[in-house]
Amino acid sequence: MNWSETLRISWSAVRSHGLRSTLTVLGILIGIAAVILTVGLGLGTQKDVSAQISSLGSNLLIVSPGSTTSTTGVRGGFGTSSTLTLADSEALTSSVSTPDIKAVAAEKSQPMALTAGTANWTTTVTGVTTDWLSVRARTLSSGAFITAADVTDSASVVVLGSQTATQLFGSTNVVGQTVTANGKTLTVIGVLASVGSNSSTSLDDVAIVPMSTAANELIGGATSSSISTMYIEAQSSTQLSAAYQEADSLLLNLHGITNSANADFTISSQDALVSTATSVYRTLTVLLTGIAGLSLLVGGIGVMNIMLVSVTERTKEIGLRKALGAPPWAIRRQFLIEAAILGLSGGLLGAILGVVSAWLLPGVIGSSVVISPAAVGVSIGVAIVIGVTFGVYPATRAARLAPIDALRSE
Amino acid sequence: MVDTTSGTRRRSSAPTPEPRKAIELIGARKAYRSGTIEFEALRGIELSINVGEYVAVMGPSGSGKSTIMNILGCLDTLTEGQYRLGGDDVDDMDEIDLAAIRNEQIGFVFQGFNLMPSLSAWRNVEVPMMYARVPKEERKQRAQRALERVGLGSRLENRPGELSGGQQQRVAVARALVGEPTIILADEPTGNLDSVSTMDVLTLFDELHAAGRTIVLITHELEVAQRARRIVWVRDGEIMRDEVNAA
Repeated sequence: MNWSETLRISWSAVRSHGLRSTLTVLGILIGIAAVILTVGLGLGTQKDVSAQISSLGSNLLIVSPGSTTSTTGVRGGFGTSSTLTLADSEALTSSVSTPDIKAVAAEKSQPMALTAGTANWTTTVTGVTTDWLSVRARTLSSGAFITAADVTDSASVVVLGSQTATQLFGSTNVVGQTVTANGKTLTVIGVLASVGSNSSTSLDDVAIVPMSTAANELIGGATSSSISTMYIEAQSSTQLSAAYQEADSLLLNLHGITNSANADFTISSQDALVSTATSVYRTLTVLLTGIAGLSLLVGGIGVMNIMLVSVTERTKEIGLRKALGAPPWAIRRQFLIEAAILGLSGGLLGAILGVVSAWLLPGVIGSSVVISPAAVGVSIGVAIVIGVTFGVYPATRAARLAPIDALRSE
Repeated sequence: MVDTTSGTRRRSSAPTPEPRKAIELIGARKAYRSGTIEFEALRGIELSINVGEYVAVMGPSGSGKSTIMNILGCLDTLTEGQYRLGGDDVDDMDEIDLAAIRNEQIGFVFQGFNLMPSLSAWRNVEVPMMYARVPKEERKQRAQRALERVGLGSRLENRPGELSGGQQQRVAVARALVGEPTIILADEPTGNLDSVSTMDVLTLFDELHAAGRTIVLITHELEVAQRARRIVWVRDGEIMRDEVNAA
């Protein structure tokens, strides 16, 4: 009795109990589809988050005032009395000791109410220098960006985020319109292209003004030269750590701090954010996959249950086959293949269901799902292994039946 | 095994002076234990059947004839004594060797036919050859020939449910024949049949005997046993009488 014949016999046995086989297959199918889908969702979310974070700008270092001695504790008055100044950002841009830094964008932000006609919208007003657009990797959908001259002259101009423009004017076609902030009238000279972010802090809800305008006329504060954040763009991603060292030592030097543990600023990189986010989502994915794996295990137990029923029900057939000369291994093989067929069908159908759902799901929940061929392949393999593993005991029981007892059963 | 079967054929045309032994039971004892009670089903059976003989083992229920059937069919092993089948010593064989012996040397015909309901007639006949690793094409040809031999050449593709009891038993006989076994072992082959089908099957056995087959028929019906050329009477695990059937 060769493999193809055993396969034919096993297949006809599976088919002759259609409903029972279908229900067993269903158990495996759901498990496999769940595993494929959760892994896909996990990978998709990881990809989304990485994309969102890198959309903030590439090769970026972020310098914020205040110090973090560890990831959990923050020292220094964040936002109350900023330790970073415009002079710091200029020093980083111009210094010969920072060859790996390409550009620096300083930001001075404060939430503020903007008025346009009767419309009222509270957004973040951010004072910037001209490098901001390139450093933050943003583009304009219309109009122009703030020029160096605007910064020098404290020009009364503003570039709106697409969401802000829509909120104030009902459209993004607003170049030439005026808005009022803090009693000052600003002319809209451009609108930023949407980056389509669905993170909690919208990148499309901003009002960008020249740094000098923000410092002297809109935000003011104790020190008009203090800034809230600096974005440092490295020459390339490989020079990011060199840029980090240069910015760190220059700022320590400028602030007259000898012990880096007492630094009154914090430099973080996109990489750190990405890796934090990735590890969070990886943990979630592992957890969900574990739960999905459990359902697969339950499906496997279902296969075992059905195979045991099948062996009991077919005791007479087993006895007859033994009387006609079937050696124990042939009987064992027949039942193992039967279990493997159940596992494989469940695996294949589960993979199809998983892939189809992965294709449909993004439209429903708005999160992308990445199907990795490896995950699909491994799941199908696992399904067969489960079928065979849980088929071993019933098959061995069938093989061990004494032919005389088996024949006698009715 | 091939030698034995070809020997069987040769014998049918030209009987040799010294007949070869198909079956030999020497001092055969079989005890069953149920709890603390030991029950002796066979109490020292001496039985020798030559190739080409047609023997009926006859006895009431509880006489031990079913145990003889199980021992002869290698479905069970002796507690004591020796069983030789076609020259092979069957005692102390493991399950794998016994499976091979059953496959090559024994053709079973059961009271309840024991056909697989989902398989067609020729697929049923094919089963023993599958375990003997006979190539596919040869299997189909031989199954077809065996079914023609029992008069069912036109019913190859019918499933057991589409055949009468007598026809089903003839399929079972074809399945027993197809592997050219040393003996055909029939356990109450007519027990589930009406009188017409009974005659039908017994006539088939007569023909097979005439063609040189070794047949051992286990029955409790005298009418059936009297078709054999030799009757072995069993009672309480012992052979009471072993006589040539004059009829």
